Amino acid sequence: MPDLLTHAPDPVDPGEAADAREDERHIKRHVNGKFLIGAAVLTFMILFAIFGPMIAQFDPRISGDNPVLAPPDSTYWMGTTSLGHDVFSQMATGARTSLLIGVIAGLIAVTLSILFGVVAGYVGGVTDEVLTLIIGVMLVIPGLPLTIVISSAVPGRSGLLVAVILGITGWAGAAVVLRSQAQSLRNRDYVAASRIAGENPFRVIGVEVLPNLLPLLTGQFLFGVIFAILGEAGLSYLGLGPTGSISWGTILNDANSGYALQSGAWWWFLPPGIAVALVGMSLALINFAVDEVINPKLRSAPLEARRLRKAKAEKKAIAKADKQAAKDEKKAEAQA
Amino acid sequence: MATLNEQGTKANSGEGTLEFRNVVKEYRVRGAHKKLRAVNDVSFTLEPGKTIALVGESGSGKSTIAKTILQLERPTSGDVLIDGKSVPRRGRALKRYRKDVQMVFQDPFASLNPFHSIGHHLERPIRLHKAVGADQTVDERIAELLTRVNLEPVEEIAGRRPHELSGGQRQRVAIARALAPGSRFLIADEPVSMLDVSIRLGVLNLLARLQREENLGVLYITHDLATARHFSDEIMVMYRGDVVERGPSDEVILNPQHDYTKRLLAAAPDPDRLGQMRDEVRRAL
Repeated sequence: MPDLLTHAPDPVDPGEAADAREDERHIKRHVNGKFLIGAAVLTFMILFAIFGPMIAQFDPRISGDNPVLAPPDSTYWMGTTSLGHDVFSQMATGARTSLLIGVIAGLIAVTLSILFGVVAGYVGGVTDEVLTLIIGVMLVIPGLPLTIVISSAVPGRSGLLVAVILGITGWAGAAVVLRSQAQSLRNRDYVAASRIAGENPFRVIGVEVLPNLLPLLTGQFLFGVIFAILGEAGLSYLGLGPTGSISWGTILNDANSGYALQSGAWWWFLPPGIAVALVGMSLALINFAVDEVINPKLRSAPLEARRLRKAKAEKKAIAKADKQAAKDEKKAEAQA
Repeated sequence: MATLNEQGTKANSGEGTLEFRNVVKEYRVRGAHKKLRAVNDVSFTLEPGKTIALVGESGSGKSTIAKTILQLERPTSGDVLIDGKSVPRRGRALKRYRKDVQMVFQDPFASLNPFHSIGHHLERPIRLHKAVGADQTVDERIAELLTRVNLEPVEEIAGRRPHELSGGQRQRVAIARALAPGSRFLIADEPVSMLDVSIRLGVLNLLARLQREENLGVLYITHDLATARHFSDEIMVMYRGDVVERGPSDEVILNPQHDYTKRLLAAAPDPDRLGQMRDEVRRAL
């Protein structure tokens, strides 16, 4: 930068080259930044879920002699609830439940979206019609209400059951995308070539088509996990989450029914809220980074927007200068 | 109907050939009540060691014929026969047919799966059709195939992904893959049209050499009359689904009968008329 200031502005070429180089560096930093932040936060959360319960000093379910609604201190790192439960222990146990439900539900959703989307797109014909109909129905049924109906119909819900419920209500959107991708891949020459070689349809889908969908599937899995974690928190908050187990959603639910907000016990409802938000954010960031790898257009989009702004500003400046020049000219004429 | 009656008598005479008999293929046009006739009553017979060139413009039905032969499309009427017998539609019998008839695609950048190594592309057809010689491993067979299409060093090439090869190298891999099952007939759908002009002749000569060595029957689909004449014994000219002219290569090229063939020949680049088109355009301006 100082170079640019001290030296007289060179003719266009070197400056532009430097610009391009900076753009390139910018792109790299951009991608890495998103991915790094996302991965760091996610790793922290996973480590917390693994080791948190080990370092927690109290049983999350037993209040014992704990003080009630104690603010965070050296003994109770995140304070206690209105019943005297240690919030840190609950958060640690809850992390396991929430993340596990998220991953299981994400896996179920991806599997279902492959089964419906890829098969519909690849096979085509009547199979496609039927599967697309099912996908369409699942797509227009609003997810959370359906989840609520199913959850309230089943007594004694385990964490696994909640994960299954979230999985089977959250796959339709991904299936639509996979279907159209599979339709495009079906017409590739290499798929025709493997059919001509005599491969059976299952192998063609599994070995020739699916690997090329892998980046897309990664994104969808991450999105599925976000959906499930948020969904679980929502269900638990409504009292429809896994019964008998502790998750971030159940902590929020307890905080709500324990009047945490009214009594100013911020340490009770903030940690689970922030944790859910952080996990969602980290997965979304990783998802964005993956998206940018799949679709390079996304990577250059912010850059293009900035270039456009720059060009517009320059145009404005030029127009202003022109106007000023015209004015000056008129003035000079008038004086003459 | 007549073809059905003939089938019985012709069945014995077709040993060792791939016959395309009175094939009609119609596509339903979306939004219209008429049908598009992509292939109209086309017949020909591929024989071992012979090459037939199928020439025509885009949309003339060339690729539909290729797809029909390879059982990727079903003919509306008519029949594809191998060794005088109707080609099976499914199951193990169809797999045996696939061992005999293979294809080289037009675009070497699309016909190899970017996800798999070159070795994988050759290994699959070998394993599927158990096409290994006595006391030969699959890897040895892959090496043999790659050597035959002049891709060396073999180990290095086999481990590479398609994007690490040039267009010409990819097309050689595609040819090796088509030969891998030990096929007798080869459908080559414009095998050099996507390659650099400088390497086209190399790939064509490779195809010709392999054809001689294996006594392959080749259907060479192209819109380039020059290579068609260079490469094939017989030329069929297609225009809008019909075969409008057919005969020995030189006959068709030197003494064209149909208007469309004449137009095709006139459109081919000719060193004697260098610059003529430019002059025409300038005059029109």
